[in-house]
Amino acid sequence: MEELSAKELRDKIAARQISSLEATEAVFKRIDKLEPVIGAYISTYHDLALEKAADVDRRIAAGQSVGQLAGVPVALKDNMCTTFGATTCASRILENFHAPYNATVVEKLLAADAVIVGKANMDEFAMGSSTENSGLKQTINPWDASRVPGGSSGGSCAAVAGRLCFAALGSDTGGSIRQPASFCGVVGLKPTYGCVSRYGLVAYGSSLDQIGPITQTVTDSALMMNVIAGHDPADSTSVDENISPVFDYLEKLYEPLDKLTIAIVPQFAAGADRQVQKAITEAIDVYKKLGAEIIEVNMPHLDYAIAAYYLIATAEASSNLARYDGVHYGHRSEKAEDYIEVYSKSRAEAFGKEVKRRIMLGTYALSSGYYDAYYLKALKVRNLIRADFTGVFEKCDCIMMPVSPTTAFKIGEKVDDPLTMYLSDIYTIAANLAGIPGISVPCGFDDNNLPIGLQILAPAFGEDKLLRIARMFENQTDWHKRKAPDIS
Amino acid sequence: MSSDLHYKLIVGLEIHVQLCTKSKMFCGCAVEFGQKPNSRVCPVCLGMPGVLPVMNKQAFEYAVLVGLALNCEIAQFTKWDRKSYYYPDLPKNYQISQYDLPLSANGYIEIPLESGKTKNISIIRAHLEEDAGKNLHTAGNFSQVDLNRTGTPLLEIVTEPDMNSAAEVRALAVELQRMVRFLGVSEADMQKGHMRFEPNINLIITRDGTEYRTPIVEIKNLNSFRALERSVDYEQARQLDEFLENGVVMGMGNKTTRGWDDEKEITVLQREKEEAHDYRYFPDPDLVPVKMTPQWLSEIQGRLCELPIKRQLRYVDQYKLSDYDAGVLTADRSTSDLFDEAVKAGAEPKRLCNIITQTGLKIANEKGCSAGDLGLKAQSVANLAGMIEGGTISAGSAGQIFEAMVETGKEPEVLAEELNLIQKSDAGELEAIVDKVLADNPKAVDDVTGGGKKSKKARGFLLGQVMQKSKGQANPKVVSEILVKKLG
Ligand SMILES: [Zn+2]
Repeated sequence: MEELSAKELRDKIAARQISSLEATEAVFKRIDKLEPVIGAYISTYHDLALEKAADVDRRIAAGQSVGQLAGVPVALKDNMCTTFGATTCASRILENFHAPYNATVVEKLLAADAVIVGKANMDEFAMGSSTENSGLKQTINPWDASRVPGGSSGGSCAAVAGRLCFAALGSDTGGSIRQPASFCGVVGLKPTYGCVSRYGLVAYGSSLDQIGPITQTVTDSALMMNVIAGHDPADSTSVDENISPVFDYLEKLYEPLDKLTIAIVPQFAAGADRQVQKAITEAIDVYKKLGAEIIEVNMPHLDYAIAAYYLIATAEASSNLARYDGVHYGHRSEKAEDYIEVYSKSRAEAFGKEVKRRIMLGTYALSSGYYDAYYLKALKVRNLIRADFTGVFEKCDCIMMPVSPTTAFKIGEKVDDPLTMYLSDIYTIAANLAGIPGISVPCGFDDNNLPIGLQILAPAFGEDKLLRIARMFENQTDWHKRKAPDIS
Repeated sequence: MSSDLHYKLIVGLEIHVQLCTKSKMFCGCAVEFGQKPNSRVCPVCLGMPGVLPVMNKQAFEYAVLVGLALNCEIAQFTKWDRKSYYYPDLPKNYQISQYDLPLSANGYIEIPLESGKTKNISIIRAHLEEDAGKNLHTAGNFSQVDLNRTGTPLLEIVTEPDMNSAAEVRALAVELQRMVRFLGVSEADMQKGHMRFEPNINLIITRDGTEYRTPIVEIKNLNSFRALERSVDYEQARQLDEFLENGVVMGMGNKTTRGWDDEKEITVLQREKEEAHDYRYFPDPDLVPVKMTPQWLSEIQGRLCELPIKRQLRYVDQYKLSDYDAGVLTADRSTSDLFDEAVKAGAEPKRLCNIITQTGLKIANEKGCSAGDLGLKAQSVANLAGMIEGGTISAGSAGQIFEAMVETGKEPEVLAEELNLIQKSDAGELEAIVDKVLADNPKAVDDVTGGGKKSKKARGFLLGQVMQKSKGQANPKVVSEILVKKLG
């Protein structure tokens, strides 16, 4: 049963060939067996999940209408607020934080009758590329227990790759869905900024954060998008449906695509590992065989994406994380003598190293006297990158490049070298700066049998087309059918 | 040693006005004063992880309306910025405010001077922001925080240092209060902290032809007109003394902040502002900029009314009312509207003014409302004025009728009958009474006809006797005419 995709499972549950209860119990059996090694979850909700599954089964048996994900066990990244359990962001400062409300995406999943099995590990406050910055636990890559799952949505991706759920939600600020999806051999979609509500997503870099699906197949990605996309009055940055109509992405998935033009950026992609480059070239050949035209483009400002990102994201983070001060909720230092010490000691005790580093960077970038040279200049670079994309998309339907320059690296390999760690997001960051959608689809393996991801980028609100392009590839290949071995 | 010394007081004001919207600036919580602490809060104004602000359109329109009344330019494009500082009454540890693109700027407010003339005080800017909560220092070693006020819409108005006396400062404050009440955008209740003032004060001193400037002092958080006026007066004297004693001038001590001690009636040093606080302003990525379209602006413009100062001047100019009476009538909108409508309904303005300012305000004070809110129809009040004018009732009985109108809702004509207050103007009937009085008081008649000193007094005496005999119902004007006819 665990070999089924989310959509296949949903259809079988609807047809009463499998019950949601059976599927959910099977998932928890795998969690019992594999989770001690994989470490994908910060918390799981056995009783709540079974209750929901039984309810869905009952309603299907009674012939009542059910939602689009009826009975499908799914996971959430632990930075999405839920009224059940804790919402920790993998940070000790929120270790015992219980949100008084559900994130909009959580409400939507529940309304679609999904069964939420647990909340997944991540880099603390989504800051990182390996999930090693989690303040609470270690997650491994299901393909190789000595390697990282990527990050920051490492727990969500490991959970999908390890079949500890049928689909998951992650969040992507600079590649946090696509990079771990590529490391774990699953499909990860970062939608257009404003496509999915951020209400209830604990903010890291507010102008970059976006929630998206992590799934085994492109079809599942479309199914998840059907549930989570759309305007939310509680999120002023979620786009009006007059500008970005919400599609039935599943239905659109099967519309034929002809005269596809794909842009590649050779000078930029040249920095990737040889084996990664080879897999990408072969993937593009698949499209060529399907009749696609390939054009080479130059995007001069992509080289500055990382620099701009680490100023903008950290500036926003320094402000977003100011509220974790021990006064109103979260960890409060026992040692504080006055209110200033409540702030300084609570924060010093409970934030991890990388979070502190980014708060410092961001505070510096916004300080008077430095604002123009750093923050403002980064915004200008961001506009140039946007313009680069706009120019290229006039000539093509999508851009293809690697997701990450390498496959999954060893646990501990880069923790003491933040700059090298930052470089693992070199191909993904630009999409966040430009606000455009990007997807990672499995496109091969390296000599160590580690998955490689192909990244496809499309114009803003072009998710429907992006998913169709991705599915064309999936149709021709079977990389997505390879499953990580059960490590125990 | 004597020297030639002049000085000039220079004051600029920063004013915070709480807008009387139903809900808070960025969430749906009710704006209510005096409720149980932390009972008017939600995840958004508590700054919970993951929440997002949504702009209150009504607050924005109220702010624009004030901007228009202050003769400001209204920005076509305005945005929200985060102002960062740590304080327990500020849950997010940043305040959403407006920094470099305020919604309105470059205006002026016309204020009345004691001379009866007016003066224009320049307005640098007026922008919207959210209020903080309140720290309560009650329980032992701990402070408590009440966040009911957190997120209440506040309009911050900054003037140029155009005021040169404490009386002018007070006049501006009073004028602004009257203006926002007229516009219906704030209750401007000082006791509830709806208006808070922060004057910036210094002196330009000329001694023996050389000009000196004393260091600028900012007085924080004044919430009464009296404290505002007295603190400015106090600072003027203190700064002059300090200059004469120590010769302290600007640049030597820089700007300092002082507080007002209401009991001792002195200002007290709070902190030396060696350098400006670094608030690390940057655009709030959770809110979209506001674009003011010409249609929207003209719609708001349509809600602008004649401003109180203009009405006051019009009453003096057009109706020849005294500046004092005109000021009383325009102290609040509904009273002044009642006056205007009653004039329109035919009332003689001076007569009407007397009725409203004497009886009307007296009853209103007793009831704790304004004269315009006593529930009287403008036409009825106009009719009452007309009855005095036409001699149907005496001016003295107008008050009694007015009071009865408020109590019973009956028309003045009906009440005059019921209360037996219709004046006797029938010449025949009155002549009989006059004849009787003349017959009874031969001495007085002699005094009148004899002319000279006693004549006027005796005539008055006879008139009084007639009034007494008619139980006050005789029309004194008609009686006088009869007396003239009979006695010359
Ligand atoms: Zn609220």
